[in-house]
This record gives sequence, structure tokens and C-alpha cells, in this order.
Amino acid sequence: MFGLFGRGKSKDKLKERLKLVLSYDRAGLTPGKMEELKDELLQVISKYFPATEGDYDVNVEQQGNRMVFVANLPVQKK
Amino acid sequence: MNAKAIVVTSGKGGVGKTTTTANVGAALAQLGEKVVVIDTDVGLRNLDVVMGLEGRVVFDLIDVFEGRCKLKQALIRDKRVETLHLLAASQVKDKSALSEERMKETVTALLEEEGFDRVVIDSPAGIEGGFQTAASAATGALVVVNPEVSSVRDADRIIGLLEAREVTEVKLIINRMRPKMVERGDMLEVADVLEILGVKLIGIVPEDEQILISTNIGSPASLEEGAKNGAGTAFRDIARRIQGEDIPYPNFERSGGFLASLRRLFGSN
Repeated sequence: MFGLFGRGKSKDKLKERLKLVLSYDRAGLTPGKMEELKDELLQVISKYFPATEGDYDVNVEQQGNRMVFVANLPVQKK
Repeated sequence: MNAKAIVVTSGKGGVGKTTTTANVGAALAQLGEKVVVIDTDVGLRNLDVVMGLEGRVVFDLIDVFEGRCKLKQALIRDKRVETLHLLAASQVKDKSALSEERMKETVTALLEEEGFDRVVIDSPAGIEGGFQTAASAATGALVVVNPEVSSVRDADRIIGLLEAREVTEVKLIINRMRPKMVERGDMLEVADVLEILGVKLIGIVPEDEQILISTNIGSPASLEEGAKNGAGTAFRDIARRIQGEDIPYPNFERSGGFLASLRRLFGSN
């Protein structure tokens, strides 16, 4: 991927950064707030069933015309 | 585009709003439309010099707003294209004079009483009052974006604000494309920008030193023949697309992937 002269495609990196920053911008959230939200969410969820800590994924993302809050929390098997 | 009043905007400064306004306005006039371009960047007048009409400014937009002259008196007719007119910005920095109410009245008068076919409004940078006033009278927008991080981010913000204002026809112009950098993978491709911003494309303008040269002499590049794939041609193509013509996009890149991905994007729309 990264060639002899460090020539990874800088535009791929930019595209990734833009998608992330715009998802926060559009949701009116800062990445810091999002971290707090993740932590609180996990606390609430774990009251009802054991979630696997560290192995979860919470994001805002674009789906068609709307921003969607997506939480992926794997449940611990008994 | 159905919109008769079109605002040219970007959020970020220096991406080519004024150049786009001058060139698209001139090209529309050359195609036979009666066009007026309005500079709303109060305090920082620039559209007059880009169009080479700075020597003929007597009255400006704020004079019209405050009744110091009649609308007709403030219209500066271009010498090259008879149907092209300019309404200059004031250099007085009193921005409180820029009211949305006056702006709407003026644009309505231009379209309904003065018989203009198209009003192209050059917005100032930013998302504050100046932009809001410029957008207030528009039903369509040309959002100018450069394929780089801050410009794309600001364009996204502007697109959201335009939607909130119920500017219904929002089209994207990707300005300052550098085909060689795209080919190397060091610049966002057209398809990337469209995917990220989620609006319809109306023009791709390559980086072209002819733009600086034509600005130096105060004559919009779109009025000259110019290079086949140059910026002047790209602006003329935009004018024709605004008029509803289906103009194919030239292949700026040498690699085939670009055009193919563009076709795919349009095919699926």
C-alpha cells in the first residue's frame, strides 16, 4: 500500500477524515461528547445484560438523507 | 435550473465564488439571457474588478437599498456582452444596511420590472449575515468547492443552511481540479466529493492559469475561446447546463477510471 516514497493515497486518508468529521458536524456532536455518550450508553445497557466491554461500536452515520445513530453492542454469551 | 435567482456560495473564502459568478454570468449572457450579477460582499468590493467594470461604478447595492438612486441607475452594462449587467457592492462597511427584505425586493424588481432572465448573486464568505442576505432572494444555488478538506467541510455546512432556507435547487461546482494530482491519488476525485456532499454536480473546473490572466485584464475567461479543456470552457458548459442542456463532462484525467466512476454516479441518479 505505502510505496517506497511514502506514497499512500493521501486522498483516501482525506476521504476517511472528511466522512468522520462531517458525521459529527451534521449531528451537531463533538467527538468528546460522543465518547461520553458511548460510556453512558454502555453503563445503561450493562444494567440489563452483560455487554462485552471494548468490543462495541457507536457512531453517527449518513443513511440516505438522514443522520443515523448506530450502536453495535455484542451481547456476552452465557 | 429553473431558478432565476441563483446564489453563488461556498462558506470558505478563496475557493472561486467571484470568479464563478463573473464567468457563469458572462457565459449566460453570451448565450442570450439578460443577466445581472450582484456583488453582496459589502465592504470588500471585488466582482467589478474581476469583470473589468470598476471604472464605471457610480452607484452600488446599498445606494439602491437606501433609496439614494433608482435601481436602473445602479446597473452597469458590460461593454463586451450587451445583455450582461453588474450591480456592485458598496465599500462602506456598514453591513447593517444589508437587509434581507431589501434584497428580496431588489431581486423581484430586477426579474419582474427590469426584465432580467437571470440574477446571479455573489455571496461573501462565511455563514453570517452577508451570506444569509445573499441567499435570501435566491431559489437556486451554485456551491463552489475545492477538492480539499476545509472547503468540503464548509460546503457541507453551507448546503445544510441552504436547505434550511428552502433554496431548492442546489448544485455543486468543483473548482480547481488538478487532474495530475487526482491521478496520483493525492486529490479527491469528483465521485468522492459527490459521495461525501450528496448534492448534484453541475460543473468541474480545472485549475487553469488562464483564470489569473483573464482576471488581470478584467475579462471573464468564459468569453474567450480558450483551451479545449480549460476553465473558460468549463464555465461555458456550466452556463449551458443551467439552461438545461445535457453537456457531457470532459475527461480531465488520463486514466479511464475517473470517467467511468462519473458515469456510474450519474447513471444511478
